[in-house]
Order: sequence, then structure tokens, then C-alpha cells
Amino acid sequence: MATNEHGSSDVVPVTPPSGAVVGTGVVPADAFENPGLPPHRPRVTDLDPKKKKRAARFIVAMFWLSVLGSVSAIFAYMFYPIEDGSISSVRLNTLFVGLSIALSLLAIGIAAVHWGKAVMADKEGVDERHPVRGTAATRSRAVEIFKEADEESGFSRRTLIRGGLIASLVAFPLPAIALFRGLAPMDVDPNTELKHTMWKKGLRLTQDPTGTPIKAADVTIGSAFQVIPEGLVDLPEHEKLDAKAKAAVLLVRLKPEDLHWTSKERESWSYDGIVAYSKICTHVGCPVALYEQQTHHLLCPCHQSQFDIANECKVIFGPAARPLPQLPITVDSEGYLVATSDFTQPVGPSFWERSTT
Amino acid sequence: MNRQNRKTGRRSPVASVALLLVGLLATGGAYAAFTASTASASVDLSSPEVINQGQKLFAANCATCHGQQAQGTQNGPSLIGVGAASVDFQVGTGRMPMQASGPQAPSKPVQFEDAQIKALAAYVASLAPGPAIPSESQISGGDVAAGGELFRINCAMCHNVAGAGGALTEGKYAPVLKGVAPVHVYEAMLTGPQNMPAFNDLNLTPEDKKNIIAYLQYNEQNPSAGGLELGSLGPVSEGLFLWIFGLGGIVALTVWITAKSN
Repeated sequence: MATNEHGSSDVVPVTPPSGAVVGTGVVPADAFENPGLPPHRPRVTDLDPKKKKRAARFIVAMFWLSVLGSVSAIFAYMFYPIEDGSISSVRLNTLFVGLSIALSLLAIGIAAVHWGKAVMADKEGVDERHPVRGTAATRSRAVEIFKEADEESGFSRRTLIRGGLIASLVAFPLPAIALFRGLAPMDVDPNTELKHTMWKKGLRLTQDPTGTPIKAADVTIGSAFQVIPEGLVDLPEHEKLDAKAKAAVLLVRLKPEDLHWTSKERESWSYDGIVAYSKICTHVGCPVALYEQQTHHLLCPCHQSQFDIANECKVIFGPAARPLPQLPITVDSEGYLVATSDFTQPVGPSFWERSTT
Repeated sequence: MNRQNRKTGRRSPVASVALLLVGLLATGGAYAAFTASTASASVDLSSPEVINQGQKLFAANCATCHGQQAQGTQNGPSLIGVGAASVDFQVGTGRMPMQASGPQAPSKPVQFEDAQIKALAAYVASLAPGPAIPSESQISGGDVAAGGELFRINCAMCHNVAGAGGALTEGKYAPVLKGVAPVHVYEAMLTGPQNMPAFNDLNLTPEDKKNIIAYLQYNEQNPSAGGLELGSLGPVSEGLFLWIFGLGGIVALTVWITAKSN
């Protein structure tokens, strides 16, 4: 087809097969010649009836193996029941039920594929491509059908019915919007929720998970405390997790001379080398608590952001864009560590309404 | 060759190998028996004799870096006030004496006998008060569930929830906790070796420490409820397993489905 019988022309017109519409497709003069279909090669199952029989037997066996798998899934469910409080019973149950169902499905698949490949009639058929565009007659008939349908249904004429149909279809997805909105905080502004945590002036720093208040003297140099705000343990379970996810704090003590501050104000947020930083990574919010007490590095396990506690938790490596927010702390009259305010900037990752400071 | 050897009255080469083997077994067995007997002996850490022995060991093995009076040098920190627990951990797990300087001192075969470690600990403890080696009752019989919660809050971020260890910054790492003696776990929490934060008795009470040890012991002694652990490394090893065997299986099936029947 693509032989260059037309002289020096780079492009040869394609001779259309009978009945096809002449399109704009071109074939370059140096196109590969269509090698056509490879010669037919008979399969071993066509040449040797014994092998065909064996393949057929294999397929039957696979189908019955699948039956066996399905039945054994039922037995596995009965004989390895999930017992209350026993984790190993769950393991055996899911293991055997899963293996049986996998066997039944896999065996059906193998049998079906093998049937198609080895036993079903082996002949190659060719379906020529035809143009996508219909004939002129088909196209005008289609237009006719649409016009007839419009005429008979009165879709264009009966505007009230048409309006009702469109209104009902538009209204249908509205409940979904209301339902999804209900998943977000309702009675509070989500923006405020993201910007503030449970911490406030005078709230004691307490230990996770017991809620024991921490004295400044308890925090020796080189030690690390996992801290939650006072009163968090008394919250209902769901509120507790929500509050903890924002208010979790890491409390460490360094030698005061190891801490470097950019301002006197920041220095006043610490107490005798004791500093408290938000544990929520400013990248995507993983808890950052891998503290190295000699290098004073904090490592986020999710994406390897590193923060330097000695330098106001400045980012020294990784994708985090901002330092971890510091919780201003001091000591109350009884010697317990207390917060002097909430975090001065939103904790955790960026969000749309967060002003970039 | 063999026949000639016999004729000349020489021993067969096999005989000398056997003799060597017997000799090695005898000396090795005797050594093992000897060290086992010394390990079980209890040492009085306050006796002047033990402290004196410790001082000699210290001068010979540790003073190069830590100074003649354990006051510290440019190459090693002061050991005054680190306590017997610190020495028992560092020397008892083979971390000290340090083999080479690097991001952190790795655990390696222990360099001293138990009595020598105790003598070193006694000497360092005699310099200034510090954390003592915990007794047997402090490290056994804890509450596994309470220990699990404390471990997840205070330890799991570095040491992995199953104690399989993990990477830290700049070549440092949190070591695997499986196979670590309970007494060493206790001492590590108490003293905060290398870059690990210290957990004093007001942060994790002795009861809390006992519970954490109970959790680690339980983890070590009980098989994983979830089947194959793959090193308890989570998504890394599990993902690799699925990548190779799951995707590999799918590729193999696809090749089989599309291949022509022979």
C-alpha cells in the first residue's frame, strides 16, 4: 500500500477499501510495509489429542479446586471462629478464610484462561477498521429521531415540565453538600480552631498519659518529657484526642548557655534552660519527638525534617518551612511549670487562611 | 601419599587436625566454664578492694580518653557523677571502650568480664554519687499493658513500636531493643547514654521503668499476632515485600495470559 509509486512525492494518497470514506489520513512514503499476520502455528493440543484431553482434564480440575476453595472458606469460618479478646484467633480466621477465597478465585481465573488458550478453537480472525463517521443517511436519520422524540415528548413545548425536571436534578446533589459540611466543626469557626490550642495562661504542663503536673526541678538536663495540658485527661475521649492532636508539647532542658535566642522576649519564654516546643511538625503535622540530647536536634520521622532546639527550633534540614512554635512557660508559686499563654502562632502545617509570618 | 606417610611412621594430617580440635574444645570449654562461674558471683561495689581494682582497670583502659581522674579530656567526657549504672551499661553492652570515633559508639562484643565491669562501676561510683545498678526486683514483674502505653509515648518514636530501632540524624541511630538485657534497658533509661534523653525517676518512676521492661520482654517472648513480622519495620519492609512478590506475581500472570499457547 505504501510503495512509493508516485515518484518523488513524500506523501502518497491512501487507496480506500471499497465503501470507506476518503479521509485526510496520510501515510509517509518511507513507512514500514505491513508484514501481515504471521503464519498460523498449530498448538500442541491441536496436534496431539492426548495433550488436548490432558488440558481439558486440568481445566475441569481447576474448576473443582475452586469449588473446594469456596467450601473450605465456609469451613474455615466455622472452625476458626473469631473469639472475643483473642488476637491470634483473628489471625487464623482471616488467614484461612482469605487463603480459601483466594484459591477459589485464582482457580477460576487459571481455568478460564487455560480453557481459552489451550482448548477453545484456535483460529485467527481479522476485523478491519472502519471509519468512525457514519454515512450521511445514518446521520440525518439520527437527527430525525431526535426531532421526533422532542415532538412526541413535548420537551421543547412543555416548558413547565422541562423546568421541573431540571430543578429536580439540580436539587438532588444538594443534601450531599449539607451532609459533608456536617463533618466539619459546626458551632465554631474552623479557622479559630486551627489557630488556637487548649493552652492558656496559668495552665500547668502535665505528663502524658497520667496528667501529673511537672515541677521545674524534675526536668534535669538531658531529659525529655512528653507533655499535655492540665485537664486534658479529664476530657471525653473524642475531645481529648482532638485537643491532644494540637496541644502536644515536648519539654526538654538544656544548659542555659547552649540556648541561642534572637530576642530577649523569646528568652523569657524559657525557664532556666527548660524549653517547651509544639510536637506537631509544621510540614504535614506528624509528631516530632525524636530528640537527641547532645546535638539538641529534633527529627521528624515522616519526612526527615530536622529542627535545632538550641536555635529556637529553626529548620536545619528537610521539607518543613517554619520552625516549631514555642510554648511560653514559667514557674508558678508552687514550683510547677505553667504556660504563660497559648502558642503565639498556629501549630502544625500551613492552611489557606494562615497568614504567612 | 597416605600410604607413604604410614610407612615412614608419620602422623596422618587428619590426626593433627583432630588434635587441634580437641585442644581448642578443651581450652574453650574451660574458659566458658570459668567466665560463667565469675559472672554469677556477686560483687560488693563499696569494698575498697574492688574500687582499687577498678581504678587500676580504669587507668589501663579508659584514662586515655576520660582522664587519669575520670575528669574528662578533649576526647571523652568527664565520668564524675555518671554513676555505676552508666558504667555497667556502656561497658556491659560493649559500647565502651570505644573502638573508633564516629557518629555514635555501637554495641559490640563485651571487652571485660563481669567482675571487671563491676569493679570499674565501683570505681566510677566512688568518685561522686550517681545512679546505681538496678536490683533484680527493679526489673522484673511489671505490668505489660501500662508499659506498652508508656513505651509508645516515650520510646517508640525512636526505637520503633516493636523495639526494632530506627535512624536518627547524621548517621546516628536508635538501636534495636530485642535481645538487650533488662538491666541494660533500665540503666539506659536512667542515664540517657549518648544521644538518648535521660528519663529520671520523676519522669518515668521506677514502677514505670519496670513496666516498660515487662512490655519489651513480652514483645520478645511472644510471636507477632499479625503473622510474618518482616523485621517489624512497617511500611518499608512490607512495601518491599509487596513490590517484589505482589507486583511480580501480577507481571508473571499477565505474561502467562498474553503468551501464545504452545
